[in-house]
Amino acid sequence: MENVIEIEHLKKSFGNNQVLKDISLNLAKGENLVILGKSGTGKSVLIKCIVGLIKPDEGKLTALQKNILELNTKELNALRKKIGFLFQSAALYDSMSVKENLEFPLRDLKELKQDEINIKVIEALQNVGLEKAINKMPSELSGGMRKRIGLARTLILNPEIMLYDEPTTGLDPITSKEISSLILEMQKKFNTASIIITHDIECARITANRVIVLNDGTCYAEGTFKELEQSNDEKIKGFFI
Amino acid sequence: MPNTILKYKTIIENVKTNSIYKFFKVFFTEVTLITKFTVNFFKTLFIPPYEFNELIKQCYIVGCKSLPLVGITGFIMGLVLTIQSRPTLAQFGAESWLPAMVGVSIVREIGPVITAIICAGKIGSSIGAELASMKVTEQIDAMEVSGINPFKYIVVTRILATTLMIPLLVIFSDAIALFGSFLAVNIKGDVSFILYFAKVFEKLNFIDLMPSLIKTIFFGFAIGLIGCYKGYNSDKGTQGVGASANSAVVMGSLLVFIIDMIAVQLTSLFTP
Repeated sequence: MENVIEIEHLKKSFGNNQVLKDISLNLAKGENLVILGKSGTGKSVLIKCIVGLIKPDEGKLTALQKNILELNTKELNALRKKIGFLFQSAALYDSMSVKENLEFPLRDLKELKQDEINIKVIEALQNVGLEKAINKMPSELSGGMRKRIGLARTLILNPEIMLYDEPTTGLDPITSKEISSLILEMQKKFNTASIIITHDIECARITANRVIVLNDGTCYAEGTFKELEQSNDEKIKGFFI
Repeated sequence: MPNTILKYKTIIENVKTNSIYKFFKVFFTEVTLITKFTVNFFKTLFIPPYEFNELIKQCYIVGCKSLPLVGITGFIMGLVLTIQSRPTLAQFGAESWLPAMVGVSIVREIGPVITAIICAGKIGSSIGAELASMKVTEQIDAMEVSGINPFKYIVVTRILATTLMIPLLVIFSDAIALFGSFLAVNIKGDVSFILYFAKVFEKLNFIDLMPSLIKTIFFGFAIGLIGCYKGYNSDKGTQGVGASANSAVVMGSLLVFIIDMIAVQLTSLFTP
């Protein structure tokens, strides 16, 4: 199957602290890859490298057949429109309403008329089941609603790749399950390839086609959820208890 | 020879641990970063697409929402200055000079500086805190990964808004201050509105108005620039938000005084 992301020997340090020591992985089209790891193992750094928010020290990073480290700002911005990123905090723009938040990524698409933008916004909100929240401000939304709106905002550009940074953190078990099911539903509906960073094992169980365990800045183990669940390795077992 | 090298190395190490050395290191690093930020502003300013809607929104926030505060401050400024100056002028029998003296003081110096300091407090801190919280809550990163230049959308519009609006706020504040002064004059006397303002404008000329208006453009630019710089480069965490707002006010106010000092020196070159 065609790979949409290929990472080879990626390394990143912050001062004397080497966060990513040697990461190599790939993501196939339409696949959900879950990355498990303890806090501070560089999971968020890894996906921020993929969208060019953090520049790695060494290694090769290809997304949609383009070497991210060799792109200029214009090319990188064009590529970023094909990669959705759901932040841990959802990162909704506080000064804008839900509608304005969803319209914001569409502002550079000059060929779209306001009517078409409105239709896209409503469709995106329907996808996450929150069309009634269209005129609300982010401060009026609950944690789960913010995550859903954040997801709708990233999906409005129909990205080919989705990157989820701890999508269920800070949510109650029921809302977490709803968000995980939504991630799976979006994969099926839009055939997007996704990297899901999490340490929520229930989220991994629901969403993962493949799981990679990150440990000490390297890819420690890889397999399906079931394979890793049955592992006798203490470092892997710790996640599945 | 090795002993001499070791001696010099020790001296250099001592200098490096010295607090004055550290102060200058931090100072020059900050100056370099602000200069880079300013260069980046001018580079980004002329590259399309232009964010007109956001600029108008920011002009409204900076301009219209500051009107009550600036107006009240201006009114009190004019009133107090007149009441305080009157006894001294009366001692010299120069009460009739009161409108002209207050007018020149307000238009040339007090109006622009006090309004700019008020704006550095209100607008500078608000921009610093807003941008810092946007950074803490990853909103700036979210803009960047959407393929939108956050510097252009957030920073350029806010600096332009303060540069355009603060001169207008100063004009408004000057007008209100002169009105306050007119009321203060009428507490103990009876001067008509037309006579009072005729007296004020009799002594005000081009060299009073233009330099003070031009310097307010620089005040506005400095307040916006420092607010944005501090917020955009804030440390993560809630402490970073507070620190950004605080240093935006402190550095913004300081810059207003420095610009004023330079402006006064330059103006004095062209006045007899």
